[in-house]
Amino acid sequence: MSAVSQTSPGEIVAKRSAAVNTFLRMARYIALRLLTLFTTVVIGVYLTILIANMGGYVDNILKGQIRDTITQTVANNPAYRNMDPNARKQLIDEQVALEEKRRGLDTPIAIRNVRHLVNALKLDLGRAINLTSDSGSKQVRLILLERLPATLLLMGTSQLFLFFSSVLIALNLSRNYGNFWDKLVIALSPTSAVPSWFYGIFLILIFAAGFRALPFGGMVDSPPPSNTFDYAVSVGKHLMLPGGALVISSFFLSVYNYRTFFLIYSSEDYVEMARAKGLHSKDIERRYILRPTLPNIITNFSLLIIGLWTGALFTETVFFWPGLGRTLFQAVGLYDTPIIVGSTIIYAYMLALTVFLLDFVYAAVDPRVRIGN
Amino acid sequence: MDNIGASFKKLLQYPSAVAGLFVILLMVIVSIYTMITIPYPEAIRLWRGGEEVWYQNPKFAPPAWFNLFSDKKFSESFAVNSADGGMEKIVEPGNDGVTNYSITHEFDFTYDVYPQDMLLYVKSSFREKQPFVSVEWLTPDGRTIRISNFAVGEKFTYRFSQDDKLSLKLRADENIPALFSNPETDEILKGTYKLIITGTTFEPDSILDVEFVVHGQVYGLAGTDHARRDLTLPLLWGAPVALAFGLMAAIGTSVLTMIIAAVGTWYGKWVDQLVQRITEVNLVLPFFALMIMIGTFYSRSIWVILTATILLNIFTGAILAYRAIFLQVKESMYIEAAKAYGASNRRIIFMYLIPRMIPLLIPGLVQAVPLFVFLEASLAVVGLGDPVLPTWGKIIQDAQANGALYKGYYYWILEPAILLVITGLAFAFLGFVLDRIFNPRLREI
Repeated sequence: MSAVSQTSPGEIVAKRSAAVNTFLRMARYIALRLLTLFTTVVIGVYLTILIANMGGYVDNILKGQIRDTITQTVANNPAYRNMDPNARKQLIDEQVALEEKRRGLDTPIAIRNVRHLVNALKLDLGRAINLTSDSGSKQVRLILLERLPATLLLMGTSQLFLFFSSVLIALNLSRNYGNFWDKLVIALSPTSAVPSWFYGIFLILIFAAGFRALPFGGMVDSPPPSNTFDYAVSVGKHLMLPGGALVISSFFLSVYNYRTFFLIYSSEDYVEMARAKGLHSKDIERRYILRPTLPNIITNFSLLIIGLWTGALFTETVFFWPGLGRTLFQAVGLYDTPIIVGSTIIYAYMLALTVFLLDFVYAAVDPRVRIGN
Repeated sequence: MDNIGASFKKLLQYPSAVAGLFVILLMVIVSIYTMITIPYPEAIRLWRGGEEVWYQNPKFAPPAWFNLFSDKKFSESFAVNSADGGMEKIVEPGNDGVTNYSITHEFDFTYDVYPQDMLLYVKSSFREKQPFVSVEWLTPDGRTIRISNFAVGEKFTYRFSQDDKLSLKLRADENIPALFSNPETDEILKGTYKLIITGTTFEPDSILDVEFVVHGQVYGLAGTDHARRDLTLPLLWGAPVALAFGLMAAIGTSVLTMIIAAVGTWYGKWVDQLVQRITEVNLVLPFFALMIMIGTFYSRSIWVILTATILLNIFTGAILAYRAIFLQVKESMYIEAAKAYGASNRRIIFMYLIPRMIPLLIPGLVQAVPLFVFLEASLAVVGLGDPVLPTWGKIIQDAQANGALYKGYYYWILEPAILLVITGLAFAFLGFVLDRIFNPRLREI
């Protein structure tokens, strides 16, 4: 209160304009990042389509779809009902050829790919061959969007838990570095070379097969509990092993990395200075060590998440977790090409979104972005 | 050279590095041994072989050394053949071209769990009249059970477990347990059993041979899978495949990453910009999903997967790290001197820039090996492993597909998993120590 009453009107204006400036700078930064990331996604999706369409797979998705619709329309049209089967087949073929020409499937591959790209960017991913969504739709977009929340739940909880627990533990270790726990974490950090699904298998062996304490896989008991609380508890139980596997697989390495960052920064002169001034060690940690390392930590974390994103695919498969990864796995088994291409594109989107979100957090904590350099 | 010697000495001070080196060396020896004793075509023939190759083995059998740790002893598998003297064979020529055969086999049965099945493979040669065979079973308590009589063709297979007439005779639901137990108490009967096969051929040059196969509950050093295949084969062959894939992918990506980073920083301007932009695009490319797409649409051959892996892993975060260091090195005096005496761009990049980075390259390379070893396994687990090669990942996939974890065939998953972990961690620990040695800044903290 007193601080406000003592500032002159001029200072308030100056502060406000500084705030506006910061906001503008942030907005410009975010807009720029959004633009570059969007370009990146466009190129990424284009590459995906290019790889998929080298064997004509995307074209085939579209052709199959056209033939399906036309066969349906002809079959449902009463005027054609008494037609000779051969003549009807010819009619269908003609109409298919016409429709393919209209949709531009006879144009050069480069133009076709651009058209596929636009469709993919609009998430117009075609229709699945074998898989259906739980609501019965064959739209690839609906199938994938239906599975997305499961993946987000698994990734979100495990990544948030991983981030906060490893930062806290790393801070603690850097405070008493060289002790037993610190040495243990250093010694165990190479274990992160083992992927999460692998730890998953061991966790299933121990907790599901051995102790029978947790379920083998899936996301919820069967039949699912009707009341919301029981449902949440059941999901939580199912989440423990796959989430645990994801956390364990990167835990020691990230603690080790963060701890190293903290140690590098805690030997800086300004930290020594703060210590000499007799500042409280909690304050030193928060303001002089954690603060400047945060951008580094976030960069490190974002690289980790990006690595984990599609890696979670195997974890989902091992745990029968009904997310994107498991859908992709099922699609491989059924040779459901639209789903395979579609999931790859959705994954590209999710990765870009992750990069963007972390950029945003980065911008919020990095003074060079906030205040401008 | 002094430098390398000194580094190696330092390496030996870390027990984890020594252990890692030891394991890697062991893997290399095992790989060489495997490739010499089971040459590639033979390995493929066995791995792709069906019943005709593996008929002697039980299905889903854990390794025989399970008995060492178990109170209940599981019956072991064996196969004996009268053709190679494995079974006692007495031939008595009779009148009119008739020959009587007596083929017997005695064996001790001291286990607590019945075998899965017993089979007789009878082989004979004749022109018109089929040989005739009868089978008897002698139990340790002196009972004689007539099993069956049959005329045999050129090849005849008799399954003890599937003979309904025998079930009626034994008054049992299952033949194998009934044959191995005391009919009064229904308890398993240990002791010496004897199989007696009496055969008669009716033509002078007829031949009769019998192979007696017992499918036990445990088998060999590593056990068997759903297709009766001996798991030692893929476990052994998995070592060279994993090592080759991991090393080639790691060397390929690390070296190419370094060269591209060096070229980019040296030429600067748009080349550098291009490298950075490609790296950004590559960051949002979903690597595993793309690999799955390539595996499904084009080829699952390990070479295609290897090439795609290398291509997709060149432009990663590592290129940015190298770039940062190259930018510093680029300004050093000796580069200035090289420029002054007129060294070509290529000479500067390959003779002056890159050699400076070798200490950074080696730990990164070694640390990348386990990632690729596990990548191969991961792809195999989702069914995209090389269709021909026997690998550790393929074993895990087969086990997963057959519900090994739920049905309790733990050995099936644990054996390849432990080998993968040991190999992966050996490289990871060695790489970690190398990193600490070559980057002294890390060693202090």
